[in-house]
Amino acid sequence: MLSPRSCGVGMNVPGPEPPATQPPADDLALLDGLRRGDEVAFDQLVSRYHVTLVRLARLYVADRPVAEDVAQETWLGMLQSLPRFEGRSSLKTWLFRILANRAKTRAMREGRSIPFSALWSPEDDPGEPAVEPERFLPPDAPRYPGHWGMRPPEPLPEERLVSRETRALIDATIATLPPAQREVITLRDIEGWTSDEVCNALAVSETNQRVLLHRARSKVRRALEQYAAAR
Amino acid sequence: MEPEELSCRELVELVTDYLEGALPPEDRSRFEAHLDGCDGCQGYLEQMRQTIRATGMLSEEAIAPEARAALLALFRAWKRA
Repeated sequence: MLSPRSCGVGMNVPGPEPPATQPPADDLALLDGLRRGDEVAFDQLVSRYHVTLVRLARLYVADRPVAEDVAQETWLGMLQSLPRFEGRSSLKTWLFRILANRAKTRAMREGRSIPFSALWSPEDDPGEPAVEPERFLPPDAPRYPGHWGMRPPEPLPEERLVSRETRALIDATIATLPPAQREVITLRDIEGWTSDEVCNALAVSETNQRVLLHRARSKVRRALEQYAAAR
Repeated sequence: MEPEELSCRELVELVTDYLEGALPPEDRSRFEAHLDGCDGCQGYLEQMRQTIRATGMLSEEAIAPEARAALLALFRAWKRA
C-alpha cells in the first residue's frame, strides 16, 4: 500500500538508508529502552511523536477523538511489532506506516474513501493559479503584460506571523485543502519531513509531490496575505 | 537568441520548484535575473518563505496530560502481557 514508487530509496530495499534529518541514534536508544520495559523511554517517545501521530491521523479520520484512538492503536501496534523492527527505516516513518494502515482501516469502516496523494494526478486536477490573475497586468497591456499591477506583494509583518491567530488561520486554511495537498503540506511544512521521506511515505512521485506542495503553500500564503491586509 | 524574460505571473508558479532546487540551471538563471529587478517578486518570494516558517510553528503543540496518562497505562498493560 505504501510501496515506494519513483523517488527516494525504497523502504524494503536493503542497502544504505537515506540520511535522516532527525537524530535517529537517539530514537534507536529509546527503542532499546522499550525492549527493556523502560517507562521513561516510552514517555520520551510519546512526547516526541504523539502530537504528530494525532495530527496525521486527522488527515484520514472524521474527528479528533477518533484520531486520538488511532494514535493510541498505533502505539500499541508499534509495541507489538517491536521485536520485528530492524531499524531499517527511521522510527517516524515506521510509526507513520502503522498509523496510515490503522487510519485507513478505520476510515473504511466509517465508509469514507481515502483520497491518497498516490492516486492523485495533475491530469485529473489542473488546479488554479497560485495568485489571482487580476493581480497581474493583462496580456494586452501596453507595458509589462503579466507583471504585477496594483498592490505588488510585500513581506508580511513579522509580529503578526508569530501570533496565535496566525497559527489558527494556517490550521484552518490547511483543513480546507484537498486531501492530497493536505497530506503533503502537513508532512513537509508542519512536520518538517524531507521530500524523499514524503515521497516514500505517501508513494507519490517527486514531481507530483512538488505540485501538491506548491498548490498548498500558495493557498496558505494567499490566506496570510489577505489577513495581513485586513487590519 | 536571448531567452525570453519571465513575467511575474510565470514566476509565481515556479517559486516552489525554485525553493526545492528543482529548476534546471537555465530556468534558475532566468528566475534569478527576473528577481533581481523586481520588488514585487522579491516580496512574493519572501512571503512564501514566511509562509513556510509560520506553518512550521504548528508543530509546537504539546501533548495533553490525559493522553499521556492513557498511553502510560497502555504501556504498563503491554509490559504485563
